[in-house]
Amino acid sequence: MTGTPDSMRAIESAVAEKYKYGFVTDIAAESAPPGLSEAIVRFISAKKDEPEWLLDWRLKAYRLWTTVQEREPTWAKVQYPKIDYQDACYYSAPISDADRPKSLDEIDPQLLATYEKLGIPLKEQEVLAGVAVDAVFDSVSVATTFKGKLAEMGVIFCPISEAVREHPELVRRYLGSVVPYADNFFATLNSAVFTDGSFVYIPEGVRCPMELSTYFRINAANTGQFERTLIIAEAGSYVSYLEGCTAPMRDENQLHAAVVELVAFDDAEIKYSTVQNWYPGDENGKGGIYNFVTKRGACRGRNAKISWTQVETGSAITWKYPSCILQGDNSVGEFYSVAITNNRQQADTGTKMIHIGKNTKSRIISKGIAVGRSDSTYRGLVRILPGADNARNYTQCDSLLIGEQCGAHTVPYIESRNRSARIEHEATTSKIAEDQLFYCRQRGIGEEDAVALIVNGFCREVLQELPMEFAVEAQKLVGISLEGSVG
Amino acid sequence: MATSRKQERSIPLAYAERYREFAPALPGADLPWLKNLRQEAIARFSALGLPSPRVEAWKYTNLSTLAKQPFVPVDDADIAVSPADVAALLPPEDGPSYRMVFVNGRLRPELSAVGELPPNVRICGLAQALTDEPAQLEPHLGRVAALNGHALVALNTAFMEDGCLIQVPRDEALEAPIHLIFLGRPGATPPAYHPRIVVIAELGSRVTLIESHVGAGQGVYWSNPVTEIRAEPGAVVGHYKFQDEGPGAYHIARTDVALAAGSRYESFVMAVGAGLSRNEIRVALGGEGADCRLFGGYMMRGRQHVDNTTRIDHLVPGCTSRETYKGVLDNRSRGVFQGQIVVHKGAQKSDGRQLSRTLLLSREAEIDTKPELEIYADDVTCSHGAAVGELDDDQLFYLRTRGIDEAAARGLLIEGFMGELADEIGFARVRDRMLATVSAWLSERREEAA
Repeated sequence: MTGTPDSMRAIESAVAEKYKYGFVTDIAAESAPPGLSEAIVRFISAKKDEPEWLLDWRLKAYRLWTTVQEREPTWAKVQYPKIDYQDACYYSAPISDADRPKSLDEIDPQLLATYEKLGIPLKEQEVLAGVAVDAVFDSVSVATTFKGKLAEMGVIFCPISEAVREHPELVRRYLGSVVPYADNFFATLNSAVFTDGSFVYIPEGVRCPMELSTYFRINAANTGQFERTLIIAEAGSYVSYLEGCTAPMRDENQLHAAVVELVAFDDAEIKYSTVQNWYPGDENGKGGIYNFVTKRGACRGRNAKISWTQVETGSAITWKYPSCILQGDNSVGEFYSVAITNNRQQADTGTKMIHIGKNTKSRIISKGIAVGRSDSTYRGLVRILPGADNARNYTQCDSLLIGEQCGAHTVPYIESRNRSARIEHEATTSKIAEDQLFYCRQRGIGEEDAVALIVNGFCREVLQELPMEFAVEAQKLVGISLEGSVG
Repeated sequence: MATSRKQERSIPLAYAERYREFAPALPGADLPWLKNLRQEAIARFSALGLPSPRVEAWKYTNLSTLAKQPFVPVDDADIAVSPADVAALLPPEDGPSYRMVFVNGRLRPELSAVGELPPNVRICGLAQALTDEPAQLEPHLGRVAALNGHALVALNTAFMEDGCLIQVPRDEALEAPIHLIFLGRPGATPPAYHPRIVVIAELGSRVTLIESHVGAGQGVYWSNPVTEIRAEPGAVVGHYKFQDEGPGAYHIARTDVALAAGSRYESFVMAVGAGLSRNEIRVALGGEGADCRLFGGYMMRGRQHVDNTTRIDHLVPGCTSRETYKGVLDNRSRGVFQGQIVVHKGAQKSDGRQLSRTLLLSREAEIDTKPELEIYADDVTCSHGAAVGELDDDQLFYLRTRGIDEAAARGLLIEGFMGELADEIGFARVRDRMLATVSAWLSERREEAA
């Protein structure tokens, strides 16, 4: 037994913390029958009114997927019962799809109320925050705001299904160019059945005037979500994209296999921030989302920069490695991550930095906090190819363990094939320092606040990378997963 | 589907399929317990096969070229080797030692000099021990280096033909080191041998073991040694290894160590030889206050491949581990470092630190590093660090401004980089030999360049 009785109590109550955003909105959904077959793929494509080439691409992915079904990745440090892919539903849309709302006023009030409960007041955001929100409710986008303003600058920000119709040449050129349909088991599945997601195109030299954001929700029972997000930043452009998620409480495990592709050309910068707070399952590990996501960015041009920031507090299982392919000379990749696991949650997350161009730089800061009976793993790859002269990488992975039953693991792979490259990697694992806790307590700070304060301090380097709107939410989230600690 | 995937994970080894032919000639063939052990081992190996790079632990080291060699077990010990031949391959020893010389894995008494031993200390050949006093070996052989999971330990267990049994009784502090010299001698057909070293350091004893692996000749041979060490409470074991096998050699070594409360194990491995080598060390910290120190250096050139893989298991509370590996890679050589620290549930107050540093000297050299922490207890302090780079330009410039030419300056910096390891070695003679190895490697490199 270690730690003071107080801190143990703090931990126990942190473990007992209930998911705060659990509720189900009851809307009639027009869903495809459960199961996955060529017919379903055709159904989805037809539903979306897609061109022939996209259907062909989906079918190629589907056919490949049927041959690699036994190849579901097993290398990650996560355990879950075998997924029955024929048991899930691959398409569901709110009934109002047939008659798309033109403005927020036309939106189903019950749906708006759901967002209200989630703390995403669309109207308020529209007016106050200056954030364009492309809200995905189940699989179809129902509201997109600030479109006009963005259109003036030539920025395209719309659901990907709309982009397929309106900008087919762009989608066709870039879809699957960073994450090919054969990339991995889950990406192949996504390519076959993806239903929605966002498309962003920033023209040359444009600095996107606002943070673009999407809130993902998973709602109708028995549906998994397979978003596909594609962001293209032309030469000299800049965009900051935010993604945040919460999901209603339910019992069946839900599969979420998204694919995100980023392309940055000369001097372009993409900043991609995520706050992920999906339903993690109850304290016994029952229920919760399976979050198997492929995220990858390609710095295709000189001086391009892609920066991933993520705060992962939700999901029963997280399998996610936002990566950067540093192709252009002088390009920069960054990965900032906080992963908090509680109860029986399992997170296996990290990044890949592939250095191809000269003078490419990457920076990895990963903070893992494991509480309760959870397992948190950092898994990362830094690969320097022979042509990447003067490449630089700095990696720091810190893990904090709270409680005797959790696990924290660090699995970095470092491969260098260029002598002028310099790679530095550091990792530490420890528990909350007794002296820090004591110091806070001595100054009259409650046990629970002290733990939250210390953990927030531990994550500071990552949280400060988030845009303002998210930084506040993220700090609250860190607190939430540790609060209620003093009885 | 299942079978084809299994094949991808293993490489068939024709040599192992001839086990039945060779089994009757192996020492201790008439001992039922050993026969059972060997049979279990070969069955295990047949099931596993040689690990392919699809097996995570072998991701960076590919044994497929080894599998293609027409290896044969060493069937005879009549290769003529004189004491002068052995002396030519080794630096002179500057102090007394208990010396055992093995040629292609077989003990050569005429080249060895164990001499007078303190009472109850046992240092003898494995084949001889199996003939004279098998009951001494039975409780120890294959216990620390168990069969579970590791194909090459299984292969060694099935084929082991000789080796060494070292037993140091309670509170005995053996002053002089035990020096085991393994000489590889390629022949018309490439020989493969599987020495087994068994060390038991009883309560409060002290023992120092030095292994020298050297090669006589350019040809192909395969040395697959397994060392198992049990340190009882309070025992102190120093284990130093110099791997300077011939350029055609495959050297795949595995050491398993079990540490009891308050015991201490210090290991240093210096690798400069072999075409393809792997040195894998597994230490189980099984008693409170156990302490383990693993250090290693490697210097590779040409197309050499070196793999250092370690795993330290903190099984109980209050143990410490320290690990530092440093290496230099030139030409088209490739280095691998995989270091895993596992802190098991309940192993509170574990303190584990690890560091890996590599210098790449050429454009074509490659290093693959995988330091790994796996931690299931909260009150621990564990860390690892890894750094890869080339020689520092500022340091080079500094030396050049002092009138030192570039080649010499580079040599000095490399010597300094590797020399830091010497501070970690607790045994003076080994320290000196390590520094001499570094200098020798550098002067050969200079000659090659000239």
